[in-house]
Amino acid sequence: MNQPAAGFELDTDNASNTATLRLYGGWVDAASVPEFRDVRAQLTALTVDNLRFDCDELGDWTTLLMSFLLSCASYCEERGVDVDTEGLPENARRLLSIATSVPAHQRQQPAPRPWWHVRSPSEALRELLDDLRVSLAFFGDICIALGALIAGKANTRFADFRTFCYQSGPDAFAIISLTSVLVGMILGYLGAVQLQQFGAGIYVADLVTIGLLREMGPLMTAIVMAGRTGAAYAAQLGTMQASEEIDAVRTLGVSPIEFLVIPRILALVVTMPLLTIYANLLGIVGGGIVAGGMGISLLQYSSQAGAAVSIAHIGIGLLKSLVFAVLIAIAGCRSGMQSGRNSAGVGRAATEAVVTALVYLIVADASINILFQHLGI
Amino acid sequence: MTDDEREVHIEVRELTMAFGSNVIQRDLSFPVYRGDIFVIMGGSGCGKSTLLKHMLGLLEPAAGEILYTGTSFTHASSEVRDAMRRSWGITYQSGGLFSAMTLEQNISLPLQLYTDYTAAQIRDVVRYKLSLVGLGGFESYYPSEISGGMNKRAALARAIALDPQILFFDEPSAGLDPISSRLLDDLILQLTESIGATVVMVTHELPSIFAIANNSVYLDASTRTMIGYGDPKQLREHSEEAVVRQFLTRSADAGETG
Repeated sequence: MNQPAAGFELDTDNASNTATLRLYGGWVDAASVPEFRDVRAQLTALTVDNLRFDCDELGDWTTLLMSFLLSCASYCEERGVDVDTEGLPENARRLLSIATSVPAHQRQQPAPRPWWHVRSPSEALRELLDDLRVSLAFFGDICIALGALIAGKANTRFADFRTFCYQSGPDAFAIISLTSVLVGMILGYLGAVQLQQFGAGIYVADLVTIGLLREMGPLMTAIVMAGRTGAAYAAQLGTMQASEEIDAVRTLGVSPIEFLVIPRILALVVTMPLLTIYANLLGIVGGGIVAGGMGISLLQYSSQAGAAVSIAHIGIGLLKSLVFAVLIAIAGCRSGMQSGRNSAGVGRAATEAVVTALVYLIVADASINILFQHLGI
Repeated sequence: MTDDEREVHIEVRELTMAFGSNVIQRDLSFPVYRGDIFVIMGGSGCGKSTLLKHMLGLLEPAAGEILYTGTSFTHASSEVRDAMRRSWGITYQSGGLFSAMTLEQNISLPLQLYTDYTAAQIRDVVRYKLSLVGLGGFESYYPSEISGGMNKRAALARAIALDPQILFFDEPSAGLDPISSRLLDDLILQLTESIGATVVMVTHELPSIFAIANNSVYLDASTRTMIGYGDPKQLREHSEEAVVRQFLTRSADAGETG
């Protein structure tokens, strides 16, 4: 159907103290329909107290006409101009009266900051201190819950503990196998290039073994577990927060730390050292593959590697893996428990869990290394 | 107007719904006429929401088909289905608003995807749709910042963003207090009259059913098929099935209601 393009015309009749907004054409095609800002200036200039509509030449119309009318009507109301909707089509009049029946809400709380907002240093410092305080409080809660657990008074579900052990242990075998063999090979190549220059190729075995036991084994396992299990903990607890499950636990009179967090921490504490031992063994095998490529026999490699193993190296590695397990679990659970109550909040919690865990891991690893360096072990 | 003169908008033909070998309902056949406010009712677990999901194409029928204005939706290609879906507005049981977006962003999304409106036009249309549901001024709020009843109304605003011809509601008044639920019913009635849409609604709230519905189907959980079709007020008085009369009069015993 061909109809004239949409448009409007505002006529003022000072004698009757009335302005008439004449609407014509088909208000269907978005490109040709006028916008409210086109009429705004003319409405601002009005000197009369009444506005009426003339729709004799109005063709087909859609929602676009209605949003235009609503903008006009509410703008006139703000300026104290009475709007008479008599001249509008029946349906449009009804819809407009529904839309204007509830006055627009004035936002009480401050609007969210625009994305370009820059925080002042004092604000950033305050946020950092708040964050630290929350972390300490969370750590304190965990200590209290552990105390209750030791005293035998904690409401911890050990059925959950078994599930979490399975998820963070056997379920992780495949990815830990792959990464540890590759890390062993990387260490092997790294050493081979340097040591062969001095004719000391056989010491690749020492480098791979000690490097894995003390450093790379626990650290690589921890990084994989931070991405795998830490993020999973944050997402699980965050979703429970969003669906009010954590509120339900609290109102049952059960501490969510005892009920939800403790089994997760304990599961990682049990599985991480075991996974680390497994990763160390596979890493040494990976180093052996590289050594074989350099012409070192299997017997030479294994006896050299066996001689490099000491209780101190194994002990330090396992101590690290225990510390890392606690840190990953705390970072994951803390992010989850403090997650926002919607899907975006859960996503943020999972990201935060991994990032915090990685920072904790590197800082803890460096501290332990410095400590043992000074102790001479 | 008699049924013969009215245009059939949606037709369900010999529909059987099943999950694997577990049949939920079988042999459902009924028309929904243009402009109807049509209610799917029945006791808990009879498959009301499942029927709605079949009509929306979220689940596929085990047998039978569903037609919209004479075109089979069940046998249509995914492009045709998407085109048909564009003329529908749907509000889900818990609203289904995107929690990471403000109300304004929620309602602009369908407009940005499917219209060529300018940014200023979209802003004005969003304001108009929110005003229609009584939420003018709430543009910058997130769904988590407003109450459950307001969430449902905001979801309705998103459903009517594209001026749909059919509006689907899954339990619109579930979880609302009687006054909010009454206001929502009034709003649905006023809006659909004004924009001339057909409404398909799943509910078991009797006050809602009698206040707004003019056509309905009753799904029975034990016989696993429909045992009532028509205006719920008529069914309450004249249904041949005692179960339907009991349901509509809230009585536990068939004998009392005769």
